[in-house]
Amino acid sequence: MTQNSFKHGPDENGHFGIYGGRYVAETLMPLILSVEKAYNEIKTDQTFWDQFNYLSKDYVGRPSPLYYAEATTKHLGGAKIYFKRDELNHTGAHKINHCLGQVLLAKKMGKTRIIAETGAGQHGVATATVCALFDLPCTVFMGAEDVERQKPNVFRMKLLGAEVVPVTSGSATLKDAMNEALRHWVSHVDDTFYIIGTVAGPHPYPEMVRDFQSVIGKEVKEQIMEREGRMPDSLVACIGGGSNAMGLFYPFLDDKDTRLVGVEAGGHGVNTDQHAASITGGSAGILHGMRSYFLQDDDGQITEAHSISAGLDYPGIGPEHAGLHDQKRVEYVSVTDDEALEAFQLCSKLEGIIPALEPSHAFAHVIKMAPKLPADHILVMNLCGRGDKDIFTVADKLGVTI
Amino acid sequence: MSRIEKVFSDLKEQNKKALVTFVTAGDPDHQTSDDIVKQLSKSGADIIELGMPFSDPMADGPSIQRANIRALNAGATLIKTLQIVKSFRVIDASTPIVLMGYFNPIHHYGTERFVLEAKESGVDGLIIVDVPPEEDSELNEPMRKSGLDLIRLVTPTTDPARLDLILNSASGFLYYVSIAGVTGTKSADVQTVGSHITQIRQKTDMPIVVGFGIKTPDDAKTMSEVADGIVVGSALVDTIEKFESAEKSITDLSEQVNALAGAIQA
Repeated sequence: MTQNSFKHGPDENGHFGIYGGRYVAETLMPLILSVEKAYNEIKTDQTFWDQFNYLSKDYVGRPSPLYYAEATTKHLGGAKIYFKRDELNHTGAHKINHCLGQVLLAKKMGKTRIIAETGAGQHGVATATVCALFDLPCTVFMGAEDVERQKPNVFRMKLLGAEVVPVTSGSATLKDAMNEALRHWVSHVDDTFYIIGTVAGPHPYPEMVRDFQSVIGKEVKEQIMEREGRMPDSLVACIGGGSNAMGLFYPFLDDKDTRLVGVEAGGHGVNTDQHAASITGGSAGILHGMRSYFLQDDDGQITEAHSISAGLDYPGIGPEHAGLHDQKRVEYVSVTDDEALEAFQLCSKLEGIIPALEPSHAFAHVIKMAPKLPADHILVMNLCGRGDKDIFTVADKLGVTI
Repeated sequence: MSRIEKVFSDLKEQNKKALVTFVTAGDPDHQTSDDIVKQLSKSGADIIELGMPFSDPMADGPSIQRANIRALNAGATLIKTLQIVKSFRVIDASTPIVLMGYFNPIHHYGTERFVLEAKESGVDGLIIVDVPPEEDSELNEPMRKSGLDLIRLVTPTTDPARLDLILNSASGFLYYVSIAGVTGTKSADVQTVGSHITQIRQKTDMPIVVGFGIKTPDDAKTMSEVADGIVVGSALVDTIEKFESAEKSITDLSEQVNALAGAIQA
């Protein structure tokens, strides 16, 4: 670890530059500190990692393949494109990686109940899954509006034995679900562990979720060496809170020749008030226990995010991304709902892979950048979730009745 | 002597406890809120705690969440909150006003600028729920310079080491949160609260008020016996919520505060 490394964050107080930290009420501080202490202990606990690796392999199905997307490469006529197939994980997305890590930590801490927030329901399903596996009672907070929009995932969570609590406060979406989970946690500090669904929240969550997700980038390093004998030239991932992107990027942060591109959800355009692009269309602030970039109005009130993809529909971004943006190590761009929708369809037809709407944003940016790059440019895109959950939304947008 | 110090020292001389009343600024609308704040001190509040509306009040229960939404929908802003304080200071120069809220609107406004303008408007202290001592350097310096008190929360989960840390940067008075939870929900057991407060008193001479879950004059009386004062919030905010349906009026609110003041000073 050198002075010039991009990987030395966070510092001991959880700061990535000026971002991150622990902006929580006093009632939660001792609990947050105990999570941090427990996390620091397991970092070097081989038994913990043996179990994590064993379940990652036999339960989740890791390593996920690195797939050469030949048809896409030919179609776009530029860079050589690989997909990191995290949509093939059990439960259909990368979320299971950090749920597995966090539930093992909760067990280690002797916690007997799990809570989580969810937007689209993917993190809720992944949390309910690991709770079923470890026989822990699980309560998932979900905005009442999302409960209505994501009925299949609500039913999945219930099948897995979780209780789904519709949140009607505020705007009744993901940020309110997170507020409600934090309120519940304050009221159940003794027995409950909060499994946060992205690289956000108070320290140590951004670091911890990143570390559990880093398995993605580590595998890519090995797989690309095997396939190409060298490191990739660029990595592309979509960003809501930023967990899949952080997991892919982190092991590459000090590989200066690898260009890193994070794709935010531009909704109807970052110049409108209907988007979810916290970096390209937001400003610095404090919410959900962290200092980072958020969508907010002139009075510092947090505003509603909008995206066609429920999983990117969050008005903030993880603090490490905020720091990497300021340091200019990662480029942050955005694509619109319409571009993502087109990318969704193109990927399905070209590759026979129906991507989730989240990585469809990454793919939409690949469509823009790949043709301008030479054939020997190796590009890896994180295909972090499968699109089965999105077919109703997409059909609706395309005016198709299923 | 600051207004806060004076209130507690006067009350102590008379062997009385402080009634701290919480309402959300701008709830249900600016003008009514302006009237409410003025009425609170006339009805017996010793200290006014004024909530700065925020879109995401994470430490608050349903009552105060709804108050925040009502205020924001009626156009409340940080500047308008300070206007309410200024307007109050015209008629009342002695009752302390403490602003309570979350950090983002202040950070967005500019922390130094806000602290300065709050002081000029007649604010006496700030309670910023989501800024623990670990993160307060940005707030601490301007507050110390301007002479505003940084009022700190101590909770049932605060251990002795954290208490020392909190006391380092606290001034004015300490706010003991009687339960592990959000505002306006469960109520605490007075003996447990009393024994925590006894422990805290071994480390500080600062006045200690108790809040969260205190709703009725009886609750107020019981809890005031183990502290220097009590905070009532959600119960008042619930009354204000009923203004719209005309089920309750500012007169009812005034009577409610009066009854609370009477109960703790009996």
